Amino acid sequence: MSHSTTPDFRTEQPLTRWILTAIALAFVFIFIALPLFLIFSEAISKGFEFYQATIMHSDAMAAISLTLLTAAIAVPLNVVFGACAAWAITHFKFRGKSFLITLIDLPFSVSPVVAGLMYLLLFGSQSTLGTWLIEHDYKIIFAVPGIVIATTFVTFPFVARELIPLMQAQGSDEEHAAMVLGANGFQAFLKVTLPKIKWGLLYGIILTNARAMGEFGAVSVISGHIRGATNTIPLHVEILYNEFNITGAFVCASVLALLAIATLVIKTIIEWRQNKLVARSLARTKSAQTVFAMPARQVATAS
Amino acid sequence: MNILQKQYSVLPGFGLTFGLSLFWLCLIVLIPFAVLFGQAGQLGLNHFLEIVTSERVLHSLKITFGTSLAAVLVNLVFGLITAWVLVRYQFPGKKIVDAFIDLPFALPTAVAGIALTTLYAPNGLIGQVLQKFDIKVAFTPVGITVALIFISLPFIVRTVQPVLEDLEVELEDAATCLGASRWQIFANVIFPAITPALLTGAAMAFARAAGEYGSVIFIAGNIPLVSEITPLLITAKLEQFDYKGATAIAVTMLFISFLVLLLINLIQRWSNRRYGMN
Repeated sequence: MSHSTTPDFRTEQPLTRWILTAIALAFVFIFIALPLFLIFSEAISKGFEFYQATIMHSDAMAAISLTLLTAAIAVPLNVVFGACAAWAITHFKFRGKSFLITLIDLPFSVSPVVAGLMYLLLFGSQSTLGTWLIEHDYKIIFAVPGIVIATTFVTFPFVARELIPLMQAQGSDEEHAAMVLGANGFQAFLKVTLPKIKWGLLYGIILTNARAMGEFGAVSVISGHIRGATNTIPLHVEILYNEFNITGAFVCASVLALLAIATLVIKTIIEWRQNKLVARSLARTKSAQTVFAMPARQVATAS
Repeated sequence: MNILQKQYSVLPGFGLTFGLSLFWLCLIVLIPFAVLFGQAGQLGLNHFLEIVTSERVLHSLKITFGTSLAAVLVNLVFGLITAWVLVRYQFPGKKIVDAFIDLPFALPTAVAGIALTTLYAPNGLIGQVLQKFDIKVAFTPVGITVALIFISLPFIVRTVQPVLEDLEVELEDAATCLGASRWQIFANVIFPAITPALLTGAAMAFARAAGEYGSVIFIAGNIPLVSEITPLLITAKLEQFDYKGATAIAVTMLFISFLVLLLINLIQRWSNRRYGMN
Protein backbone atom coordinates (compact mmCIF):
# COMPACT_ATOMS: atom_id res chain seq x y z
CA MET A 1 0.00 0.00 0.00
CA SER A 2 2.38 2.72 -1.06
CA HIS A 3 1.50 6.36 -1.14
CA SER A 4 4.32 7.40 -3.41
CA THR A 5 2.31 10.14 -5.10
CA THR A 6 1.10 11.70 -1.86
CA PRO A 7 1.04 15.49 -2.19
CA ASP A 8 2.97 17.45 0.42
CA PHE A 9 0.04 18.90 2.31
CA ARG A 10 -1.10 15.39 3.17
CA THR A 11 2.01 14.62 5.14
CA GLU A 12 4.15 16.01 7.93
CA GLN A 13 7.21 18.25 7.88
CA PRO A 14 10.33 16.38 6.71
CA LEU A 15 11.87 16.72 10.17
CA THR A 16 8.81 15.20 11.89
CA ARG A 17 8.79 12.39 9.36
CA TRP A 18 12.46 11.75 9.94
CA ILE A 19 12.14 11.70 13.74
CA LEU A 20 9.10 9.39 13.71
CA THR A 21 10.83 6.98 11.31
CA ALA A 22 13.95 7.00 13.50
CA ILE A 23 11.90 6.25 16.64
CA ALA A 24 10.04 3.40 14.95
CA LEU A 25 13.21 1.88 13.52
CA ALA A 26 15.08 2.17 16.82
CA PHE A 27 12.15 0.52 18.63
CA VAL A 28 11.99 -2.36 16.14
CA PHE A 29 15.77 -2.70 16.17
CA ILE A 30 16.07 -2.92 19.96
CA PHE A 31 13.07 -5.14 20.57
CA ILE A 32 13.11 -7.40 17.51
CA ALA A 33 16.29 -7.30 15.44
CA LEU A 34 18.76 -7.37 18.33
CA PRO A 35 17.28 -10.41 20.15
CA LEU A 36 17.05 -12.30 16.85
CA PHE A 37 20.63 -11.48 15.96
CA LEU A 38 21.79 -12.49 19.44
CA ILE A 39 20.20 -15.96 19.18
CA PHE A 40 22.28 -16.84 16.12
CA SER A 41 25.50 -15.18 17.25
CA GLU A 42 25.34 -17.03 20.60
CA ALA A 43 24.45 -20.31 18.89
CA ILE A 44 27.56 -20.33 16.71
CA SER A 45 29.85 -18.78 19.33
CA LYS A 46 31.45 -22.15 20.14
CA GLY A 47 31.89 -23.15 16.54
CA PHE A 48 30.13 -25.43 14.11
CA GLU A 49 31.23 -28.68 15.76
CA PHE A 50 29.65 -27.75 19.07
CA TYR A 51 26.50 -26.78 17.19
CA GLN A 52 26.35 -30.11 15.44
CA ALA A 53 27.11 -32.08 18.60
CA THR A 54 24.32 -30.30 20.51
CA ILE A 55 21.76 -30.95 17.79
CA MET A 56 22.85 -34.56 17.30
CA HIS A 57 22.68 -35.32 21.03
CA SER A 58 20.09 -38.03 21.65
CA ASP A 59 18.03 -35.84 24.03
CA ALA A 60 17.92 -33.02 21.47
CA MET A 61 16.94 -35.41 18.67
CA ALA A 62 14.19 -36.90 20.88
CA ALA A 63 12.95 -33.37 21.60
CA ILE A 64 12.91 -32.49 17.90
CA SER A 65 11.00 -35.61 16.90
CA LEU A 66 8.47 -35.13 19.72
CA THR A 67 7.93 -31.51 18.64
CA LEU A 68 7.38 -32.61 15.02
CA LEU A 69 5.00 -35.38 16.13
CA THR A 70 3.00 -32.97 18.31
CA ALA A 71 2.60 -30.47 15.50
CA ALA A 72 1.74 -33.26 13.04
CA ILE A 73 -1.23 -34.26 15.22
CA ALA A 74 -2.40 -30.92 16.64
CA VAL A 75 -2.29 -28.91 13.41
CA PRO A 76 -4.51 -31.18 11.22
CA LEU A 77 -7.03 -31.56 14.07
CA ASN A 78 -7.35 -27.79 14.38
CA VAL A 79 -7.52 -27.33 10.61
CA VAL A 80 -10.52 -29.67 10.41
CA PHE A 81 -12.13 -27.94 13.37
CA GLY A 82 -11.39 -24.48 11.99
CA ALA A 83 -12.86 -25.29 8.58
CA CYS A 84 -16.00 -26.84 10.14
CA ALA A 85 -16.52 -23.92 12.51
CA ALA A 86 -15.98 -21.37 9.72
CA TRP A 87 -18.45 -23.20 7.41
CA ALA A 88 -21.14 -23.37 10.09
CA ILE A 89 -20.64 -19.78 11.24
CA THR A 90 -20.36 -18.05 7.89
CA HIS A 91 -22.96 -19.94 5.82
CA PHE A 92 -25.79 -20.25 8.33
CA LYS A 93 -27.79 -18.07 10.63
CA PHE A 94 -28.38 -19.50 14.05
CA ARG A 95 -28.85 -18.37 17.60
CA GLY A 96 -25.82 -17.92 19.81
CA LYS A 97 -23.44 -17.47 16.89
CA SER A 98 -21.48 -14.63 18.45
CA PHE A 99 -21.34 -16.60 21.70
CA LEU A 100 -19.82 -19.50 19.79
CA ILE A 101 -17.19 -17.17 18.30
CA THR A 102 -16.37 -15.89 21.79
CA LEU A 103 -15.92 -19.47 23.02
CA ILE A 104 -13.62 -20.28 20.10
CA ASP A 105 -11.48 -17.25 21.01
CA LEU A 106 -11.36 -18.24 24.67
CA PRO A 107 -7.99 -20.05 24.56
CA PHE A 108 -6.36 -16.78 23.44
CA SER A 109 -7.14 -15.08 26.73
CA VAL A 110 -6.18 -17.99 28.97
CA SER A 111 -2.66 -18.26 30.31
CA PRO A 112 -0.93 -21.35 28.89
CA VAL A 113 -0.08 -22.33 32.46
CA VAL A 114 -3.77 -22.28 33.39
CA ALA A 115 -4.48 -24.41 30.30
CA GLY A 116 -1.94 -26.96 31.49
CA LEU A 117 -3.45 -26.87 34.96
CA MET A 118 -6.95 -27.57 33.60
CA TYR A 119 -5.74 -30.78 31.96
CA LEU A 120 -3.84 -31.79 35.10
CA LEU A 121 -7.08 -31.46 37.04
CA LEU A 122 -9.03 -33.35 34.37
CA PHE A 123 -6.65 -36.27 33.83
CA GLY A 124 -4.55 -36.18 37.03
CA SER A 125 -4.55 -38.94 39.61
CA GLN A 126 -6.81 -37.03 42.01
CA SER A 127 -9.77 -36.98 39.59
CA THR A 128 -12.22 -39.82 38.88
CA LEU A 129 -11.22 -39.92 35.24
CA GLY A 130 -7.56 -39.92 36.26
CA THR A 131 -7.97 -42.92 38.59
CA TRP A 132 -9.80 -44.81 35.85
CA LEU A 133 -7.01 -44.00 33.40
CA ILE A 134 -4.36 -45.22 35.83
CA GLU A 135 -6.28 -48.44 36.50
CA HIS A 136 -6.41 -49.15 32.78
CA ASP A 137 -2.80 -48.05 32.29
CA TYR A 138 -3.54 -45.16 29.94
CA LYS A 139 -1.01 -42.39 30.28
CA ILE A 140 -2.02 -38.85 29.40
CA ILE A 141 -0.43 -36.61 32.02
CA PHE A 142 3.38 -36.54 31.89
CA ALA A 143 3.18 -38.33 28.55
CA VAL A 144 2.87 -37.56 24.85
CA PRO A 145 -0.99 -37.47 24.67
CA GLY A 146 -1.08 -34.74 27.31
CA ILE A 147 1.44 -32.66 25.37
CA VAL A 148 -0.61 -33.05 22.18
CA ILE A 149 -3.88 -32.10 23.92
CA ALA A 150 -2.33 -29.03 25.60
CA THR A 151 -0.85 -27.93 22.27
CA THR A 152 -4.22 -28.38 20.59
CA PHE A 153 -5.77 -26.13 23.22
CA VAL A 154 -3.35 -23.23 22.78
CA THR A 155 -3.55 -23.39 18.97
CA PHE A 156 -7.32 -23.97 18.96
CA PRO A 157 -8.55 -20.58 17.58
CA PHE A 158 -5.92 -19.82 14.92
CA VAL A 159 -7.42 -21.47 11.81
CA ALA A 160 -11.03 -20.57 12.64
CA ARG A 161 -9.99 -16.99 13.40
CA GLU A 162 -8.28 -16.70 10.05
CA LEU A 163 -11.11 -18.28 8.03
CA ILE A 164 -14.23 -16.73 9.59
CA PRO A 165 -13.63 -13.08 8.54
CA LEU A 166 -12.36 -14.22 5.14
CA MET A 167 -15.39 -16.41 4.37
CA GLN A 168 -17.72 -13.80 5.79
CA ALA A 169 -16.32 -11.20 3.39
CA GLN A 170 -16.65 -13.57 0.45
CA GLY A 171 -20.27 -14.46 1.15
CA SER A 172 -22.09 -17.64 0.10
CA ASP A 173 -23.18 -16.72 -3.44
CA GLU A 174 -20.73 -18.95 -5.28
CA GLU A 175 -21.49 -21.89 -3.02
CA HIS A 176 -25.18 -21.35 -3.76
CA ALA A 177 -24.38 -21.34 -7.48
CA ALA A 178 -22.46 -24.58 -7.11
CA MET A 179 -25.46 -26.18 -5.39
CA VAL A 180 -27.75 -25.08 -8.23
CA LEU A 181 -25.36 -26.63 -10.70
CA GLY A 182 -25.77 -29.93 -8.88
CA ALA A 183 -22.74 -30.12 -6.60
CA ASN A 184 -23.07 -31.73 -3.21
CA GLY A 185 -21.93 -29.89 -0.10
CA PHE A 186 -18.52 -31.50 0.02
CA GLN A 187 -17.89 -30.74 -3.66
CA ALA A 188 -18.97 -27.14 -3.10
CA PHE A 189 -16.45 -26.86 -0.28
CA LEU A 190 -13.63 -28.56 -2.16
CA LYS A 191 -14.06 -26.90 -5.54
CA VAL A 192 -15.56 -23.52 -4.70
CA THR A 193 -14.75 -22.56 -1.11
CA LEU A 194 -11.29 -24.06 -0.82
CA PRO A 195 -9.79 -22.22 -3.84
CA LYS A 196 -11.17 -18.97 -2.45
CA ILE A 197 -9.80 -19.44 1.05
CA LYS A 198 -6.60 -21.36 0.35
CA TRP A 199 -4.20 -18.53 1.17
CA GLY A 200 -6.03 -17.62 4.34
CA LEU A 201 -6.12 -21.28 5.29
CA LEU A 202 -2.41 -21.67 4.62
CA TYR A 203 -1.74 -18.60 6.75
CA GLY A 204 -3.79 -20.13 9.55
CA ILE A 205 -1.89 -23.39 9.21
CA ILE A 206 1.57 -21.82 9.46
CA LEU A 207 0.52 -19.71 12.45
CA THR A 208 -0.89 -22.82 14.15
CA ASN A 209 2.27 -24.73 13.33
CA ALA A 210 4.59 -22.03 14.66
CA ARG A 211 2.67 -21.85 17.92
CA ALA A 212 2.36 -25.65 18.18
CA MET A 213 6.11 -26.17 17.82
CA GLY A 214 6.99 -23.31 20.14
CA GLU A 215 4.46 -23.74 22.94
CA PHE A 216 6.14 -23.66 26.31
CA GLY A 217 3.88 -22.87 29.29
CA ALA A 218 1.08 -25.38 28.80
CA VAL A 219 3.42 -28.15 27.69
CA SER A 220 5.80 -27.40 30.55
CA VAL A 221 3.05 -27.91 33.13
CA ILE A 222 1.75 -31.14 31.64
CA SER A 223 4.94 -32.82 30.43
CA GLY A 224 6.65 -33.66 33.71
CA HIS A 225 9.98 -32.84 32.01
CA ILE A 226 11.09 -36.41 31.42
CA ARG A 227 14.32 -36.17 29.46
CA GLY A 228 14.37 -37.91 26.13
CA ALA A 229 10.71 -38.88 26.58
CA THR A 230 8.44 -35.89 27.14
CA ASN A 231 10.69 -32.99 26.24
CA THR A 232 9.86 -30.76 23.31
CA ILE A 233 12.47 -28.40 21.83
CA PRO A 234 11.36 -25.37 23.91
CA LEU A 235 11.54 -27.46 27.10
CA HIS A 236 14.95 -28.74 26.07
CA VAL A 237 16.08 -25.12 25.64
CA GLU A 238 14.99 -24.41 29.21
CA ILE A 239 16.79 -27.46 30.62
CA LEU A 240 20.07 -26.60 28.88
CA TYR A 241 19.76 -22.98 29.99
CA ASN A 242 19.16 -23.93 33.62
CA GLU A 243 22.19 -26.23 33.51
CA PHE A 244 24.23 -23.17 32.49
CA ASN A 245 24.87 -24.69 29.07
CA ILE A 246 23.93 -21.29 27.63
CA THR A 247 25.45 -21.88 24.21
CA GLY A 248 23.71 -25.25 23.98
CA ALA A 249 20.41 -23.59 24.85
CA PHE A 250 20.96 -21.04 22.08
CA VAL A 251 21.83 -23.79 19.60
CA CYS A 252 18.42 -25.40 20.15
CA ALA A 253 16.83 -21.95 20.27
CA SER A 254 18.33 -21.14 16.88
CA VAL A 255 16.53 -24.14 15.37
CA LEU A 256 13.24 -22.68 16.60
CA ALA A 257 14.26 -19.20 15.46
CA LEU A 258 14.89 -20.59 11.96
CA LEU A 259 11.40 -22.06 12.06
CA ALA A 260 10.05 -18.64 13.05
CA ILE A 261 11.89 -16.94 10.18
CA ALA A 262 10.60 -19.57 7.74
CA THR A 263 7.09 -18.88 9.04
CA LEU A 264 7.53 -15.15 8.44
CA VAL A 265 8.88 -15.72 4.93
CA ILE A 266 5.95 -17.97 3.97
CA LYS A 267 3.55 -15.48 5.50
CA THR A 268 5.09 -12.62 3.50
CA ILE A 269 4.88 -14.65 0.28
CA ILE A 270 1.22 -15.44 1.00
CA GLU A 271 0.41 -11.77 1.57
CA TRP A 272 2.27 -10.82 -1.58
CA ARG A 273 0.34 -13.42 -3.60
CA GLN A 274 -2.92 -12.26 -2.07
CA ASN A 275 -2.24 -8.63 -2.93
CA LYS A 276 -1.41 -9.66 -6.47
CA LEU A 277 -4.61 -11.67 -6.73
CA VAL A 278 -6.66 -8.77 -5.42
CA ALA A 279 -4.97 -6.41 -7.86
CA ARG A 280 -5.57 -8.84 -10.72
CA SER A 281 -9.22 -9.44 -9.93
CA LEU A 282 -9.75 -5.69 -9.58
CA ALA A 283 -8.12 -5.16 -12.96
CA ARG A 284 -10.49 -7.60 -14.58
CA THR A 285 -14.19 -7.10 -14.22
CA LYS A 286 -15.43 -8.71 -11.06
CA SER A 287 -16.89 -11.99 -12.19
CA ALA A 288 -17.29 -15.41 -10.72
CA GLN A 289 -14.93 -16.69 -13.40
CA THR A 290 -11.84 -15.37 -11.63
CA VAL A 291 -12.78 -17.32 -8.56
CA PHE A 292 -13.41 -20.56 -10.43
CA ALA A 293 -10.23 -20.20 -12.47
CA MET A 294 -7.88 -20.63 -9.52
CA PRO A 295 -6.18 -24.00 -9.09
CA ALA A 296 -7.73 -25.98 -6.26
CA ARG A 297 -5.49 -28.88 -5.38
CA GLN A 298 -2.47 -27.45 -3.58
CA VAL A 299 -4.08 -26.69 -0.25
CA ALA A 300 -6.08 -29.91 -0.20
CA THR A 301 -2.81 -31.83 -0.11
CA ALA A 302 -1.11 -29.36 2.24
CA SER A 303 -3.74 -29.79 4.90
CA MET B 1 -34.23 -27.69 -2.32
CA ASN B 2 -35.41 -24.28 -3.31
CA ILE B 3 -32.87 -21.51 -3.13
CA LEU B 4 -35.22 -18.58 -3.10
CA GLN B 5 -37.42 -19.90 -0.34
CA LYS B 6 -34.75 -21.28 1.98
CA GLN B 7 -32.10 -18.65 1.61
CA TYR B 8 -30.07 -19.51 4.66
CA SER B 9 -30.33 -23.25 4.56
CA VAL B 10 -29.67 -24.07 0.92
CA LEU B 11 -26.11 -25.07 1.71
CA PRO B 12 -25.87 -28.46 3.37
CA GLY B 13 -23.57 -29.56 6.13
CA PHE B 14 -24.80 -27.39 8.98
CA GLY B 15 -25.49 -30.39 11.21
CA LEU B 16 -22.14 -31.97 10.46
CA THR B 17 -19.94 -28.88 10.72
CA PHE B 18 -21.76 -27.35 13.67
CA GLY B 19 -21.85 -30.69 15.46
CA LEU B 20 -18.15 -31.34 14.92
CA SER B 21 -17.23 -27.81 16.00
CA LEU B 22 -19.30 -28.07 19.14
CA PHE B 23 -17.97 -31.53 19.95
CA TRP B 24 -14.36 -30.40 19.55
CA LEU B 25 -15.03 -27.20 21.49
CA CYS B 26 -16.51 -29.17 24.40
CA LEU B 27 -13.69 -31.70 24.41
CA ILE B 28 -10.78 -29.30 24.23
CA VAL B 29 -12.09 -26.13 25.87
CA LEU B 30 -15.38 -26.41 27.75
CA ILE B 31 -14.91 -29.61 29.75
CA PRO B 32 -11.46 -28.56 31.06
CA PHE B 33 -12.92 -25.18 31.99
CA ALA B 34 -15.82 -26.83 33.78
CA VAL B 35 -13.41 -29.04 35.71
CA LEU B 36 -11.32 -26.02 36.75
CA PHE B 37 -14.34 -24.10 38.01
CA GLY B 38 -15.80 -27.24 39.58
CA GLN B 39 -12.61 -27.78 41.57
CA ALA B 40 -12.54 -24.14 42.59
CA GLY B 41 -16.16 -24.43 43.73
CA GLN B 42 -15.29 -27.35 46.00
CA LEU B 43 -12.78 -25.23 47.89
CA GLY B 44 -15.38 -23.20 49.71
CA LEU B 45 -15.38 -19.43 49.83
CA ASN B 46 -13.31 -19.04 53.00
CA HIS B 47 -10.55 -21.37 51.92
CA PHE B 48 -10.55 -19.78 48.46
CA LEU B 49 -10.18 -16.27 49.86
CA GLU B 50 -7.54 -17.43 52.30
CA ILE B 51 -5.38 -18.70 49.43
CA VAL B 52 -6.00 -15.77 47.13
CA THR B 53 -5.44 -13.02 49.70
CA SER B 54 -2.10 -14.36 50.91
CA GLU B 55 0.69 -11.83 50.55
CA ARG B 56 2.60 -13.78 47.92
CA VAL B 57 -0.45 -14.21 45.65
CA LEU B 58 -1.54 -10.59 45.95
CA HIS B 59 1.95 -9.38 45.17
CA SER B 60 2.26 -11.66 42.12
CA LEU B 61 -1.10 -10.40 40.81
CA LYS B 62 0.10 -6.83 41.26
CA ILE B 63 3.30 -7.59 39.35
CA THR B 64 1.54 -9.52 36.58
CA PHE B 65 -1.16 -6.98 35.84
CA GLY B 66 1.06 -3.96 36.57
CA THR B 67 3.81 -5.01 34.18
CA SER B 68 1.22 -6.02 31.55
CA LEU B 69 -0.37 -2.59 31.77
CA ALA B 70 3.03 -0.88 31.50
CA ALA B 71 3.96 -2.99 28.46
CA VAL B 72 0.65 -2.24 26.74
CA LEU B 73 1.03 1.50 27.38
CA VAL B 74 4.56 1.50 25.94
CA ASN B 75 3.31 -0.42 22.91
CA LEU B 76 0.34 1.90 22.44
CA VAL B 77 2.77 4.77 21.91
CA PHE B 78 5.58 3.03 20.02
CA GLY B 79 3.30 0.55 18.24
CA LEU B 80 1.21 3.42 16.92
CA ILE B 81 4.32 5.29 15.75
CA THR B 82 5.61 2.10 14.08
CA ALA B 83 2.28 1.44 12.34
CA TRP B 84 2.10 5.08 11.26
CA VAL B 85 5.61 5.06 9.80
CA LEU B 86 4.99 1.74 8.02
CA VAL B 87 1.77 2.97 6.42
CA ARG B 88 2.61 6.57 5.60
CA TYR B 89 6.32 6.92 4.95
CA GLN B 90 8.77 5.40 2.52
CA PHE B 91 12.23 4.26 3.54
CA PRO B 92 14.65 1.57 2.36
CA GLY B 93 14.07 -1.84 3.90
CA LYS B 94 10.49 -1.03 4.83
CA LYS B 95 9.13 -4.38 3.62
CA ILE B 96 11.63 -6.31 5.74
CA VAL B 97 10.82 -4.25 8.84
CA ASP B 98 7.12 -4.83 8.14
CA ALA B 99 7.62 -8.59 7.86
CA PHE B 100 9.64 -8.77 11.08
CA ILE B 101 6.96 -7.04 13.15
CA ASP B 102 5.32 -10.48 13.37
CA LEU B 103 8.42 -12.14 14.79
CA PRO B 104 7.03 -12.23 18.36
CA PHE B 105 4.04 -14.21 17.03
CA ALA B 106 6.28 -16.76 15.36
CA LEU B 107 9.20 -16.97 17.79
CA PRO B 108 8.66 -19.46 20.64
CA THR B 109 8.39 -17.65 23.96
CA ALA B 110 11.17 -19.59 25.65
CA VAL B 111 13.54 -18.57 22.86
CA ALA B 112 12.56 -14.93 23.26
CA GLY B 113 13.02 -15.32 27.01
CA ILE B 114 16.62 -16.52 26.93
CA ALA B 115 17.55 -14.03 24.19
CA LEU B 116 16.16 -11.04 26.11
CA THR B 117 17.73 -12.24 29.35
CA THR B 118 21.15 -12.53 27.74
CA LEU B 119 20.73 -9.05 26.21
CA TYR B 120 19.66 -7.33 29.41
CA ALA B 121 21.77 -9.24 31.94
CA PRO B 122 24.44 -7.03 33.61
CA ASN B 123 27.09 -8.47 31.27
CA GLY B 124 24.80 -8.46 28.22
CA LEU B 125 24.86 -6.21 25.17
CA ILE B 126 22.23 -3.75 26.41
CA GLY B 127 22.63 -4.55 30.11
CA GLN B 128 26.25 -3.32 30.04
CA VAL B 129 25.21 0.05 28.69
CA LEU B 130 22.34 0.39 31.15
CA GLN B 131 24.52 -0.57 34.08
CA LYS B 132 26.69 2.50 33.48
CA PHE B 133 23.59 4.54 34.25
CA ASP B 134 22.88 2.28 37.22
CA ILE B 135 19.72 0.88 35.65
CA LYS B 136 18.92 -2.76 36.35
CA VAL B 137 16.56 -4.51 33.97
CA ALA B 138 17.12 -8.26 34.11
CA PHE B 139 15.76 -9.98 37.25
CA THR B 140 13.52 -7.00 38.15
CA PRO B 141 9.92 -6.07 37.25
CA VAL B 142 11.40 -3.81 34.54
CA GLY B 143 12.79 -6.94 32.89
CA ILE B 144 9.33 -8.53 32.99
CA THR B 145 7.96 -5.43 31.27
CA VAL B 146 10.64 -5.65 28.58
CA ALA B 147 9.66 -9.27 27.82
CA LEU B 148 5.98 -8.33 27.72
CA ILE B 149 6.67 -5.39 25.38
CA PHE B 150 8.34 -7.87 23.03
CA ILE B 151 5.52 -10.42 22.97
CA SER B 152 2.67 -7.90 22.76
CA LEU B 153 4.24 -5.58 20.16
CA PRO B 154 2.57 -7.05 17.03
CA PHE B 155 -0.95 -6.93 18.51
CA ILE B 156 -1.10 -3.13 18.50
CA VAL B 157 0.77 -2.60 15.22
CA ARG B 158 -1.24 -5.20 13.33
CA THR B 159 -4.65 -4.00 14.49
CA VAL B 160 -3.93 -0.31 13.80
CA GLN B 161 -2.11 -0.78 10.47
CA PRO B 162 -5.09 -1.86 8.30
CA VAL B 163 -7.29 0.91 9.73
CA LEU B 164 -4.63 3.51 8.96
CA GLU B 165 -4.35 2.12 5.43
CA ASP B 166 -8.09 2.34 4.80
CA LEU B 167 -8.45 5.84 6.22
CA GLU B 168 -10.10 8.25 3.79
CA VAL B 169 -7.49 10.84 2.84
CA GLU B 170 -10.35 13.04 1.58
CA LEU B 171 -11.24 13.78 5.20
CA GLU B 172 -7.71 15.00 5.83
CA ASP B 173 -7.84 17.08 2.64
CA ALA B 174 -11.07 18.66 3.85
CA ALA B 175 -9.50 19.41 7.25
CA THR B 176 -6.47 20.94 5.52
CA CYS B 177 -8.73 23.13 3.40
CA LEU B 178 -10.48 24.26 6.56
CA GLY B 179 -7.11 25.39 7.90
CA ALA B 180 -6.24 22.60 10.34
CA SER B 181 -2.61 21.90 11.15
CA ARG B 182 -1.19 18.38 10.77
CA TRP B 183 -1.30 17.91 14.53
CA GLN B 184 -4.92 19.07 14.69
CA ILE B 185 -5.79 16.67 11.88
CA PHE B 186 -4.12 13.83 13.74
CA ALA B 187 -5.79 14.64 17.05
CA ASN B 188 -9.27 15.39 15.69
CA VAL B 189 -9.61 13.37 12.50
CA ILE B 190 -7.22 10.44 12.51
CA PHE B 191 -6.99 9.56 16.19
CA PRO B 192 -10.76 9.15 16.76
CA ALA B 193 -10.91 6.88 13.69
CA ILE B 194 -8.19 4.56 14.94
CA THR B 195 -9.22 4.57 18.62
CA PRO B 196 -11.39 1.41 18.35
CA ALA B 197 -8.55 -0.45 16.65
CA LEU B 198 -6.08 0.76 19.27
CA LEU B 199 -8.38 -0.46 22.04
CA THR B 200 -8.88 -3.85 20.37
CA GLY B 201 -5.14 -4.22 19.99
CA ALA B 202 -4.59 -3.12 23.60
CA ALA B 203 -7.14 -5.68 24.84
CA MET B 204 -5.52 -8.55 22.95
CA ALA B 205 -2.05 -7.42 23.98
CA PHE B 206 -3.08 -7.17 27.62
CA ALA B 207 -4.74 -10.60 27.67
CA ARG B 208 -1.66 -12.14 26.11
CA ALA B 209 0.78 -10.30 28.38
CA ALA B 210 -1.04 -11.16 31.61
CA GLY B 211 -0.95 -14.87 30.83
CA GLU B 212 2.59 -14.90 29.46
CA TYR B 213 4.94 -17.41 31.02
CA GLY B 214 7.73 -18.62 28.73
CA SER B 215 9.45 -15.35 27.93
CA VAL B 216 9.06 -13.92 31.44
CA ILE B 217 10.40 -16.65 33.70
CA PHE B 218 13.95 -16.35 32.39
CA ILE B 219 14.26 -12.57 32.67
CA ALA B 220 12.22 -12.15 35.86
CA GLY B 221 14.58 -13.80 38.29
CA ASN B 222 11.44 -15.12 40.00
CA ILE B 223 12.09 -13.76 43.47
CA PRO B 224 8.92 -14.15 45.60
CA LEU B 225 7.44 -10.79 46.61
CA VAL B 226 9.73 -8.99 44.13
CA SER B 227 9.54 -10.34 40.60
CA GLU B 228 7.28 -13.38 40.74
CA ILE B 229 4.43 -13.46 38.21
CA THR B 230 1.16 -15.26 38.86
CA PRO B 231 1.55 -18.01 36.20
CA LEU B 232 4.90 -18.90 37.78
CA LEU B 233 3.29 -19.03 41.22
CA ILE B 234 0.76 -21.50 39.79
CA THR B 235 3.55 -23.77 38.57
CA ALA B 236 5.31 -23.42 41.94
CA LYS B 237 2.13 -24.62 43.67
CA LEU B 238 1.85 -27.51 41.21
CA GLU B 239 5.40 -28.60 41.91
CA GLN B 240 4.43 -28.93 45.58
CA PHE B 241 1.30 -30.85 44.47
CA ASP B 242 -0.84 -28.07 45.94
CA TYR B 243 -3.54 -28.43 43.27
CA LYS B 244 -6.10 -26.53 45.35
CA GLY B 245 -3.88 -23.49 45.69
CA ALA B 246 -3.05 -23.55 41.98
CA THR B 247 -6.75 -23.82 41.08
CA ALA B 248 -7.76 -20.89 43.28
CA ILE B 249 -5.03 -18.65 41.85
CA ALA B 250 -5.83 -19.68 38.27
CA VAL B 251 -9.53 -18.88 38.70
CA THR B 252 -8.70 -15.49 40.21
CA MET B 253 -6.41 -14.71 37.29
CA LEU B 254 -9.06 -15.69 34.74
CA PHE B 255 -11.61 -13.57 36.59
CA ILE B 256 -9.41 -10.45 36.55
CA SER B 257 -8.50 -10.98 32.87
CA PHE B 258 -12.16 -11.23 31.87
CA LEU B 259 -12.99 -8.17 33.95
CA VAL B 260 -10.32 -6.16 32.14
CA LEU B 261 -11.47 -7.42 28.73
CA LEU B 262 -15.06 -6.53 29.62
CA LEU B 263 -13.96 -3.05 30.66
CA ILE B 264 -12.08 -2.48 27.40
CA ASN B 265 -15.10 -3.77 25.50
CA LEU B 266 -17.31 -1.23 27.26
CA ILE B 267 -14.88 1.62 26.52
CA GLN B 268 -14.84 0.48 22.90
CA ARG B 269 -18.63 0.55 22.66
CA TRP B 270 -18.66 3.98 24.23
CA SER B 271 -16.07 5.31 21.79
CA ASN B 272 -17.90 3.70 18.84
CA ARG B 273 -21.09 5.45 19.86
CA ARG B 274 -19.34 8.71 20.51
CA TYR B 275 -17.46 8.85 17.23
CA GLY B 276 -20.17 7.13 15.21
CA MET B 277 -18.02 4.32 13.84
CA ASN B 278 -19.84 1.14 12.78
